Amino acid sequence: MSTATDTPDRTAGRPATAQAPAGRARLLRWWPAAVLLVLVVAPFSAVPVPGLLDGPLGSAGSLQLLATCLLFGALATGYDLLLGRTGLLSFGHALYFAAGSYATNLFLLEAGLPFALATVLGMLFGIALALALGSVSLRVTGIGFSMVTLAFAQAGSILVSRNPGGVTGGEEGRAAPSDLLPSSLVGIDNTANLYWIALAYLVLTLGVVHWAVRSPTGRVWEGIKENERRVEVLGLKPYGFKLTAFVVAGGLAALGGIVHLLLTGGSTPQTTTSDFTLSLLVMVVLGGSGTRWGPMAGGILYTWADHRLGDLAGSGAVADLPAVLRVPLSQPLFLLGVLFVAVVHLLPGGLARLPSRLRAASNRKETVVS
Amino acid sequence: MTEQPLLDVRDLRVLIGGRHILHGVDLDVSAHGVTALLGRNGAGKTTAVRGVLGLVPRAGSVRFDGEETAGLPTHALVRRGIGYAPEDRGIFAGLTVAENLRLAERRGAGEPAYGLVHELFPELKQRAKQLAGTLSGGQQQMVAIGRTLLNANRLIIADEPTKGLAPKVVTEVAQVLERAAEAVPVLLVEQNLAVVRRLAGHCVVLADGRTAHRGPAAELLGDAEAARTLLGVGHGPLPAHPSVKADS
Amino acid sequence: MSTLVLLTMTGLGLGALYFLVASGLSLIFGLMDVLNFAHGALLSIGAYGTWWAASGNLPGAGPGGAGFVLAVLFGTAVGTAAAVLLELAVVRPLYTRPREQVLATVGVGLAVPALLSGIWGSDAHPFPGPEALSGTFGLLGAQVPVNRVVLVGAAVVVLVALRLFLGRTRHGLVVRAGVEDRAMVTALGIDVRRAFTLVFAIGGCAAALGGALGGLYFGSVDPRQGTSLLIFAFVVVVTGGMGSVTGAAVASVVIGLVQQLANYYTAAGLGDLAVVVLLAVLLLIRPRGLTGRLA
Repeated sequence: MSTATDTPDRTAGRPATAQAPAGRARLLRWWPAAVLLVLVVAPFSAVPVPGLLDGPLGSAGSLQLLATCLLFGALATGYDLLLGRTGLLSFGHALYFAAGSYATNLFLLEAGLPFALATVLGMLFGIALALALGSVSLRVTGIGFSMVTLAFAQAGSILVSRNPGGVTGGEEGRAAPSDLLPSSLVGIDNTANLYWIALAYLVLTLGVVHWAVRSPTGRVWEGIKENERRVEVLGLKPYGFKLTAFVVAGGLAALGGIVHLLLTGGSTPQTTTSDFTLSLLVMVVLGGSGTRWGPMAGGILYTWADHRLGDLAGSGAVADLPAVLRVPLSQPLFLLGVLFVAVVHLLPGGLARLPSRLRAASNRKETVVS
Repeated sequence: MTEQPLLDVRDLRVLIGGRHILHGVDLDVSAHGVTALLGRNGAGKTTAVRGVLGLVPRAGSVRFDGEETAGLPTHALVRRGIGYAPEDRGIFAGLTVAENLRLAERRGAGEPAYGLVHELFPELKQRAKQLAGTLSGGQQQMVAIGRTLLNANRLIIADEPTKGLAPKVVTEVAQVLERAAEAVPVLLVEQNLAVVRRLAGHCVVLADGRTAHRGPAAELLGDAEAARTLLGVGHGPLPAHPSVKADS
Repeated sequence: MSTLVLLTMTGLGLGALYFLVASGLSLIFGLMDVLNFAHGALLSIGAYGTWWAASGNLPGAGPGGAGFVLAVLFGTAVGTAAAVLLELAVVRPLYTRPREQVLATVGVGLAVPALLSGIWGSDAHPFPGPEALSGTFGLLGAQVPVNRVVLVGAAVVVLVALRLFLGRTRHGLVVRAGVEDRAMVTALGIDVRRAFTLVFAIGGCAAALGGALGGLYFGSVDPRQGTSLLIFAFVVVVTGGMGSVTGAAVASVVIGLVQQLANYYTAAGLGDLAVVVLLAVLLLIRPRGLTGRLA
């Protein structure tokens, strides 16, 4: 099976290690572990990070922002399983995220189930939904698939905002019942725990995606992305493989929804909207679709920028600017939208391609000089 | 060949979806008569034509009447005087016959030669208001060739114009091309060797995305051994009946 | 009975609005394979342009009579210009990368509403309009708002104009042929990219007109109006067959009516839900609905 699909560009993602001296390369390979270690101990640190964060690293506010960044880094990574790894442009990923959040919340609120059980059931609900809707959506291909997923997500969004039977809370959303949550996950003092949960979710997502992509199934995904018809010619049915990717991504999103529920203390209808999916799309493309770290970097950067730009917009420094500068600067979504268009145009492959592009550019310069 | 070829293609390479379809095609079309582009199925004939026209991304040199055109978009190259009848005929099924022809009218290229087209294909005049998608294969081919004759072109490229047609229609199409070639040079992609034998002066043979042979068409077709190895046709006399196709 | 009449007229007005958005969306997708996610933004630009002009910012324009007509023309012109700019600056450079074209319109679709709320605030503004269009008239016992009829009238005019353009002009011929086979059009010596700009201009013009008149229908403008209409316009485009203007017209009427009637006679919101689910169902039973023909 693995030989059946050809795998171009296998080495394109890691030219750095190939060129660097062996010793340095071996060290460089361990950078994710080092970063992880730093992230794990971050809550114990009181180091100020001026410019990047408002308070010191270990403060509740900083941890909350960092946890949100990690959560969206993970979510974007999971979404890229569809976009960048299988070539599926889904406009409905928000649905499975929201499903995880709302289902878990409602199992707690309405059924009064214990937290662990509600979490498991919420996750299973998200997976089942992804399986059901994915198996239907994947009957069409190309932009048709995108629109079917959009339609289903929109239906979910309408359903949530109409507040059937008062269970979804309509436009207000619903707060999670703090008495039913473990006490270690409630309150501002426990932000560090939530932060570690978000970090664990990120590590899990990266691990699942990395493992899945390298599995035989992952190689078929790559084949589907390159040329679906060629996979068919080889006697493989793309449908099952695409559905697998859809369900894995949907399950990861549902789990992300649960983390979001804990992190924000509730479910909000904003997570059901098509704008939410579009922002995931922006994150992935910004960071670099189809690369190992790109979607994560995009998700972290986007979330951080969205948050900081929001702060910036409210700050006095911006209010004093002339209208030409103040108006665009006061709208994070405008800046991110423009940035997105710019990346699509000027930086195909996203930020993940930036180092190799710079290296290529400087190599070119060197050869010209010599 | 002492005179300059009208179309001079050097080292044409085409890469589609990360796969090399053409590795280096050299092709020249003389300024007179019919030049045949031959080769087995999958040798890259249609891709070569599409590459020349810029319909697929390509590298290499394409000189049309001495001018390098490799950087030109398709429409600009075509406007320099090329009529193209593609392999699948390229008919707009939802447009009428008249609209299909009108679309091919080129401004600044003189009066469209409807007189000629309707003289060669009287049926097109009768069926002017019929949707082209409802025409028979032969009639659609007439529309496709009619479009190439409408303008004062300097080169006509016809990609397998006799493919899938009834024997009588094949003869008709061959006659029209023969007549057209008196005025305009023709690059003809053709599997039907009887048609090639009748029309072509020169031929270029492709194999596996490369030019494998160039020379007078009669010489190649007269050499059964060469024809067999290059074109994949069997031993013995070549098919005389025009409907028998040299298929591999 | 009078309720049914009112609902029908409102459904038709909504359908007209859908048609103004969907006709351009359909042409653009049919010709270029680009699902224009910025199309709702073009509607919003038209709406804000009209609102801005009619609020007394444009000399000669105003909320009544000829001034309002001028305001609508201004809003439509701004929307058309924005559409042309969108095609030339954002879509055209990505000609060889179709998926990136869609992504770029997604970015514009996010940025424009944000910019509008940055300039004029995210709240809805009351939409000025002539007295004559803000009233109602009696029809079969129902008091029907005049603006419904204005919208339907505008949609009919656009439909007829589009059909004449597509059927009678050479540019229209090029567009129809391009919807079928873009490459063959270029192989006939026609610069199909000019047709791209043209369909963006036409689509932007219709959407901006929809925005200008949609202001009358909704009674206000807000930055998110266009985007929320966009999904229903997608439903129309898929139902009517991509690239088909007449199909879009019929589908607009059906969708508008179904939505209104279902929202009223069943639970609120069920009409919206039904329409969205209809999109999925249609795509599933008729996947080729995306490759319709122009008529």
